[in-house]
Amino acid sequence: MTKLKVIAAMSGGVDSAVAAARAVDAGYEVVGVHLALSSNPQKYRSGARGCCTIEDSHDARRAADVIGIPFYIWDMAEEFHKGVVENFLSEYQAGRTPNPCLRCNEKIKFEAVLDRAKALGFDGVVTGHYALTKDGPDGKTLHRAADIEKDQSYVLAVLRRDQIEGAIFPLGDTVKTDTRKEARQRGLFVANKPDSHDICFVPSGDNAGWLRDKLGSETGDILDQSGNKLGEHKGAYTYTIGQRRGLALTVPDKSGEPRYVLKIEPKSNTVVVGTHENLAINTIIATPPVWCGATPEVNQELRGFAQVRAHGSPLTTSYKFDGQNLIANLDEPVFGLATGQALVIYDGDRVIGSATICETI
Amino acid sequence: MVEPAIAALTDAIKKLGNASSLHSAGRSVRKDLEQAREQIAQAIDCAPSEVIFTATGTEANNLAIKGLYWLGVKKNKKVIITSTFEHHAVADPITWLAEHEGAQVVAIDVDRNGFVDLKQLATRVEEHKNNIALISIMHANNEVGTIQDINQVVKIAGDIPVHSDCVQSFGKVELSFKKLGVTAATISAHKIGGPLGVAALILRKGLDIEPVLHGGGQERDLRSGTFNAPGIISFAAAAANAVDNRKERELKIRELKSELIQTIKKNIPDAWVNGDQVKSLPGIVSITFPKTDSEGLLLLLDGEGIACSTGSACSAGVQRPSHVLMAMGLTEDETTSTLRFSLSYSNTINEIAKLGSVIATVVARSKAASGKK
Repeated sequence: MTKLKVIAAMSGGVDSAVAAARAVDAGYEVVGVHLALSSNPQKYRSGARGCCTIEDSHDARRAADVIGIPFYIWDMAEEFHKGVVENFLSEYQAGRTPNPCLRCNEKIKFEAVLDRAKALGFDGVVTGHYALTKDGPDGKTLHRAADIEKDQSYVLAVLRRDQIEGAIFPLGDTVKTDTRKEARQRGLFVANKPDSHDICFVPSGDNAGWLRDKLGSETGDILDQSGNKLGEHKGAYTYTIGQRRGLALTVPDKSGEPRYVLKIEPKSNTVVVGTHENLAINTIIATPPVWCGATPEVNQELRGFAQVRAHGSPLTTSYKFDGQNLIANLDEPVFGLATGQALVIYDGDRVIGSATICETI
Repeated sequence: MVEPAIAALTDAIKKLGNASSLHSAGRSVRKDLEQAREQIAQAIDCAPSEVIFTATGTEANNLAIKGLYWLGVKKNKKVIITSTFEHHAVADPITWLAEHEGAQVVAIDVDRNGFVDLKQLATRVEEHKNNIALISIMHANNEVGTIQDINQVVKIAGDIPVHSDCVQSFGKVELSFKKLGVTAATISAHKIGGPLGVAALILRKGLDIEPVLHGGGQERDLRSGTFNAPGIISFAAAAANAVDNRKERELKIRELKSELIQTIKKNIPDAWVNGDQVKSLPGIVSITFPKTDSEGLLLLLDGEGIACSTGSACSAGVQRPSHVLMAMGLTEDETTSTLRFSLSYSNTINEIAKLGSVIATVVARSKAASGKK
């Protein structure tokens, strides 16, 4: 039997390096590829904190050398800019809070890279994501990782069935500490490299500053729910729903309770604030749904768990597909939910479907 | 590396002594080193004292270009004439001089076949006549292999110093420093089966140029740094080997090249060869496979055990459109659909047949992956 050929996407971090090594052990013919996501790499993050730096591409190459696989760099800067960075900016401009990692999985790793890999005669793409896939009667299904702390099924739930079919996650059954241990045993010097945090294309880690720089900083009003002006902000899109800090309000609330961002209105450039209880959300409307399995019957009430943040807890919920949107009615309210984030529905540890939150009630 | 160069290197590396020392061990190494200088001088047809050893071709180019420029500046000559498709080791020091030292750069166009426009050169030289510090035009291009008429360049230049990067052509085609008539020429060991980390600037006697590296002044006070004696001795062995065997090797490589081109054209009718095929290096073939993506071609050919190159890559390893091919009039899409094959006398007809058996599939897959229309 001829070996299955796969592309291992190697960021230069420990997870993707061990994933590539495991794919070799599993009998795949593996070619390592580092994605260059910036046309000016030095302008992105310096040091080894994110992905996308020259140092990271070097680390990925060294890991491939140690594993003993061919290594190439693929220029995905244009695709990344269009699919991730521009989307990130336009979502903020529309008053939503996007998740760029999710878009990168959807548009880059499992679309641009997977498509290219398939055209070149490869069978799939290996990544260091912490998630599991299982073979089901109707094809592969997506599940939470064994290491719940590191579980990344939330940012992968946006993948279509055909994308899941081409995805291989060798780390899904492993806890992160074991990944590092294994990296050391394999002689991969990235074993102790810190995890990447924040957003890889925001060089300073200062998201609000970066957004102000890209989108300008037009001051606007901070209002209470009755429309009374409480203060001024320096660009509505630098706020996130549920945010408490950085409002610099001089007039205290009558109740003496702290105030939180409830709503961002880009058209009027206003930020609406209120107390914590005003943040309570019971119903979430999200669109367009992507189903990791059969599409549910229209308007059928179903039970499951909802996750609304990258590292959020699963919330018990009823949900339905109304033919266009995915609607979740939570058993208990959730506080401070930003539109633009993903709503992911689970059945136990299995991903049922996902959609981008457009409205909360 | 070629066998004689390996043998010379391993012998020399065992020998103790700094070639600049005055004790007998040092003198003995110095003797070998000076013998090596004479061998190289013979191979390129210059005087031994005209050979200045450097660590790399890039260093030799920097020394020639900056040195000749600063010499010109003393007489208020600040114009540098070059071509639009030089190697980065020439183009970048020139750009640096423009950005930091007030050089005025005049770049001469090249045509679709990869030849520098000599008429334009003559016009520009006439225009800037008394202000030109130097002209630097490569002998043979590293990406497409075309060989420039450097004699003609020298004729047009008159008294103006001419530097030519000969890294690609030395040992591959007939090359004489004297006959070429240039002021300075760069050669490197690694291109002729010699060791890495040793090269030379051949600089006409009597020119007192400014050094780039300052220190002990080991090489005629023009270049400082402890002599890499084993490297230099091995370089000389490689140079002698290359020159002695050049004719027969050149003939063999030209045959392989013509076979390679025919094989590719037979399998991929819309592919084309870049650069003139007569006045060119025997071993370099640049081929455009329209609507493909050279990264994909390279990956798939590499998987078949066939090594080739794409254009240049930036510091992060990302492929960039070749400035050489762009200068010759190819579009950006065409440059990123181009591969360079380098042939040596050790390649075989069977290897070319192997390429012929896989190229159609490789090109079809790369076309599908490229998204180019």
